[in-house]
Amino acid sequence: MSETLRIEIAGEAAVMVYLGDTMSPAVADRVQHFNRRLRELLTNCIQDTVPSYASVLVLYRPEKIGLEELRKGVEECARSLDKPTIEAPGRLVKLPVWYGIEAGPDLAVLAEAKSLPPEAVVERHHGREYRVYAIGFAPGFAYLGEVDEAIAQARLAAPRRVVPRGAVGIADRQTAVYPTASPGGWNLIGRCPVRMFDALADEPMPVCVGDRIQFAPIGRDEFLDLGGEA
Amino acid sequence: MNGFRVQAPGVLSLFQDGGRFGQHALGLTTGGPMDGGAFYWANRLVENPEGTTAMEVAQGGIRLECTGDTTVAVTGADVALRINGRVRALWCSHRLGPGDSIELGHAESGMWAYLAVAGGFGAKAFFGSTSVVLREGLGEAIQTGQQLTCGESAETEWAMPRESIPRLVPDPVLRVIEGGQKAEFSAAARDVFFGSGFTVSQQSNRMGCRLNGPAIVSPSGERLSEGTTYGTIQVPLNGQPIVLLNDRQTIGGYPKLGAVLSLDCWKLAQCRPGATVSFKSITVEEAQDLVRTERAARENMTLRRGGEGGVQQG
Repeated sequence: MSETLRIEIAGEAAVMVYLGDTMSPAVADRVQHFNRRLRELLTNCIQDTVPSYASVLVLYRPEKIGLEELRKGVEECARSLDKPTIEAPGRLVKLPVWYGIEAGPDLAVLAEAKSLPPEAVVERHHGREYRVYAIGFAPGFAYLGEVDEAIAQARLAAPRRVVPRGAVGIADRQTAVYPTASPGGWNLIGRCPVRMFDALADEPMPVCVGDRIQFAPIGRDEFLDLGGEA
Repeated sequence: MNGFRVQAPGVLSLFQDGGRFGQHALGLTTGGPMDGGAFYWANRLVENPEGTTAMEVAQGGIRLECTGDTTVAVTGADVALRINGRVRALWCSHRLGPGDSIELGHAESGMWAYLAVAGGFGAKAFFGSTSVVLREGLGEAIQTGQQLTCGESAETEWAMPRESIPRLVPDPVLRVIEGGQKAEFSAAARDVFFGSGFTVSQQSNRMGCRLNGPAIVSPSGERLSEGTTYGTIQVPLNGQPIVLLNDRQTIGGYPKLGAVLSLDCWKLAQCRPGATVSFKSITVEEAQDLVRTERAARENMTLRRGGEGGVQQG
């Protein structure tokens, strides 16, 4: 079966490759496999790629590869995705989260809006596995989906000027851990002590696109023991 | 140790090299000089390899005291360069000794000036690049009292031939490679974009240049965020375009009309708020030819010997 493939010009040395139209694990699989294979196939011709929900932005080197040749490479790579493969699933990464009214200033309001007790919101948040769909906005900012529809909530009307590092938020059907203190408009329901981005570490991020995330509830003391900042 | 002591840091002075590439998987932007051409020539003038760490000075206003023997060149925005109080030419190199003072006055026109030193500045590299991106916490702005280190003095003073100095363009026409969601914009919206002048907003910065003008009707509806590139033209629902520049976020969700040619992004970056820009469509093939030609022209350019002898700027 042949799936969606659309190639659009994105600049003098960039094409956008669409591999689907929706946020779904199946499309995310295609994105991840395509990204890996294209980089293998055209190693020297590619400067970088930006995989996202349903697309891969390919930044290529026109001095090494022409647009037509690149198109062929992209098509070949996309075709190979239709063959059955044994691709390893993304790693499972566990992230501890201190949930609650104290750690999550928007939990009470969100719970009320959803006619759920706060505990039920928390349970629904850590009761499923998420997938890293994209990384961007800020270093280490991983967009995770999909959040249970019962606790999906639009961004705050007025974003906060400062969201603390490690804050766990919900925006529509996405959730994320803020890697650094920054402005932000997501609904905050808890805090994670794991550093999502450390420029000086050998492995600057604990996750990458395609990984699976499981949140694990912890208490305040454990949050502090694990290096969380009160 | 060859170097400088910072007496006044200016509004925003940052180390930049050629940029940070291949790190989008971490969500890291590229950074790098807002005026890549001026940065390139500053390094060439002091005999540095391409991409050596230089200092980007926003709007001038920096003063340094030299602590050893070195050679410097200043390019980019039209700042008054003073060495020991005397006005000296931009776009050529100058040898300095211990105790000499160097000052970049406030820019008369343009936004970004480049100070290159022979051997480059000593700066900490993150992910293979010394480009400072404050938003990402990679490096810091230059501060008063800071000691800067640099390499050995160059043998020869060089000057850029006067006729080859890139001119700041007051109201540039920016060439655009159409793409992205262009098919979703109406023909009328496209006509507004290519047929109007847009004013550079005060809110422009290293991330991007915000433009004000007649509203471009942007396709509505939810869309998934996707990668962005240098020069990407986003049109949010308010119809006011944003051109993404060096410190752009790596993914974004606004509809895009295409991207400004890389060779024109510096013209936009050097525009002061209030300047008017307009857009012209070119094909990818034309764009790639222009880039190739520009690169060859740069490599074939011969600098003149003799510093001040080469050019005098008023």
